[in-house]
Amino acid sequence: MKQLIQRLVEITAPSGHETQMRAAIRAEVEPLADEVRVDALGNLIAQKGRLPSGRRNEGEGQRIMIAAHMDEIGLMVTHIDESGFARFTNLGGVRPHSLPGGRVNFIHGPIGVIGVEHKAATNEAPTLAQMFIDLGVTSREACPVRIGDVACFERQFLDLGDRLVAKAMDDRVGIAVLIETMRQLKSTPHELHFVFTTQEEVGLRGAAPAAFGIDPDLGLAVDVTGTGDTPQDKKMEVKLGQGPAIKIRDAQMISDPRVVDWMASAAEELRLPHQFEILEAGSTDARAIQLSRAGVPAGCLSIPCRYIHSPSEMVELHDILNAVKLLTRLLSEKVVMP
Amino acid sequence: MADTIDLKSYQPPQVGPAQIRLLERLCNACAVSGDEQEVRQIVLEEIRPYTQEVRIDSLGNVLAIREGSEKRRLRVMLAAHMDEVGLMLTHSEEDSFFRFETVGGVNIQALPGKLVWVGRSHVPGVIGVKPVHLVSPEESKNAISLEALRIDLGPGNGAKANVGDRAAFATSFKRLGASLRAKALDDRLGVANLIELVKNPPANIDLLAAFTVQEEVGTRGASVASYSLDPDLAIVLECTPANDLPSWDGSENNQYNTRLGAGPAIYVADKNTLSDPRLVRHLVDTAEALHIPYQMRQPGSGGTDAGPIHRQRSGIPSISVSVPGRYLHTTTSLCRLSDWQHTLTLIHTALTRLTPEVLAPER
Repeated sequence: MKQLIQRLVEITAPSGHETQMRAAIRAEVEPLADEVRVDALGNLIAQKGRLPSGRRNEGEGQRIMIAAHMDEIGLMVTHIDESGFARFTNLGGVRPHSLPGGRVNFIHGPIGVIGVEHKAATNEAPTLAQMFIDLGVTSREACPVRIGDVACFERQFLDLGDRLVAKAMDDRVGIAVLIETMRQLKSTPHELHFVFTTQEEVGLRGAAPAAFGIDPDLGLAVDVTGTGDTPQDKKMEVKLGQGPAIKIRDAQMISDPRVVDWMASAAEELRLPHQFEILEAGSTDARAIQLSRAGVPAGCLSIPCRYIHSPSEMVELHDILNAVKLLTRLLSEKVVMP
Repeated sequence: MADTIDLKSYQPPQVGPAQIRLLERLCNACAVSGDEQEVRQIVLEEIRPYTQEVRIDSLGNVLAIREGSEKRRLRVMLAAHMDEVGLMLTHSEEDSFFRFETVGGVNIQALPGKLVWVGRSHVPGVIGVKPVHLVSPEESKNAISLEALRIDLGPGNGAKANVGDRAAFATSFKRLGASLRAKALDDRLGVANLIELVKNPPANIDLLAAFTVQEEVGTRGASVASYSLDPDLAIVLECTPANDLPSWDGSENNQYNTRLGAGPAIYVADKNTLSDPRLVRHLVDTAEALHIPYQMRQPGSGGTDAGPIHRQRSGIPSISVSVPGRYLHTTTSLCRLSDWQHTLTLIHTALTRLTPEVLAPER
């Protein structure tokens, strides 16, 4: 699992440019799926099992969409000035204070350093408009990037034993959970669509069309969630290492309570550590699935994560392994909901 | 990739006197969001001789189809919005004064003292403001609020307007040498381009034209239009701000969005859409093969009809292309004829050399 996560986080795949990520996932899931396809927005859909036609409410199986997003937050170049410095804007929820002095990898190779205008050096965090990327060149002509080119944090994977640190744990741990679940799953009564989505960080843009195309009976997202367990932290129940979190609600979605109960009873049967999540800011692909077409019962399995959207997101290995156990159980048996 | 057309002998549609006259009619017509009928009327007049397949949907979008003749045709949606920003009368007062609200993104500070046309009969009005002689030093420090402004129709004319009527900026179209000046170039330039494309459709695609409504209040028309057209891909024809004036302190302007005279502006990203990279590549390749100027619109804020279109149904590969324009969403916008021509050339050529292979690689 550690090696898989390391392989995934070291890939650069900002929103809208998930090609390298998709190639890596495809290599993992192709032997595990009955069918793998890519839709118009670049979502990778790996299908396992197939319901007979006329499926709804007949037999044991349901059509289930399980989503984890391939993209990570990043930067996009807006201007190259005459001295070769690149100005940029954000792709997704980049926090300006996490940037100065950092390095970024462009998807086509170049690496740059983020600098800040002198006039911005006050007590307040500088704005993105006051920053630039220095690519080590002295003219516009020599600059190896162009308007529209995209980059992500450059940061090594760090193994602290049970705790793992890297950029883009959001949502590469979700991807790893899906892949490992596909590997562990012996059989299923369901038609499972493991969807590796695009453009989550810019507004759940990949998951909504994917859900429309799949038209599932039930939807789950696997994504990271915040914690409230660091010094002077915000008030939040979730703690690192206390097990995967079953989402009750976030800023844009209330999980279907039947889905919450279904997940919680499976965790109890397995005697798995687990916790419940109420996240006050942000949302996941589960929201997009829930609101698709005529509406879909949806929930989310969350991996607790510290320092989300920073270059050093921290997760706990056992939370991830337990998430795989729970998801594998949920998908291998008939769905029992009140 | 070998070109599917011979660019040397290929003749894209030209922007000539007839096209400029049509743009003049389109710009002088009033179509503040939700009341697009004047522009819709012109669009219908222009395109009906060219296709039987025209309908107006429930929101007022004009949807027109021109099928190609070659085999293996992509179904391409082309969208341009008919509506413009403006004002709506909200409350009538004595002596033919009206309070009003803004419709779409309008800078209140750019309104005082401006002329407007009110309602479908274009009743002339003026936006009243306190004369500078009477403004106290204290007052002059504050931004003017919408509540302080009135549309003044003049004595006896109050009955010619009703609460709910729209008001559009009263600017008549004029050609100024290499430039065109008008209200609502955003997005009558797109509408004019789309009309030309309907009149001159490439044979290798099915052209699905959507003249959309209510773009300026949240890209509402395009959402339903793309649901019903259900295309293979979409190109949005826009007019986007050029903020290309020199910086006040002489430093390099690095937030110009686009520049006048630098050719069509190809979108990579805005607030609502990350353009399909395959379509970005196709447009850039086309511009380079044609040896015409083009620019990348600076990624950042703003949104076009591509926002709802690309997320419609199971997802639709989408991109926007704009003619750059200065001073958009004010009484007076300004564009260059050369940018208009290059944009029309780029789009028509890109469509003509568009094959299913362009979308064959995964996004």
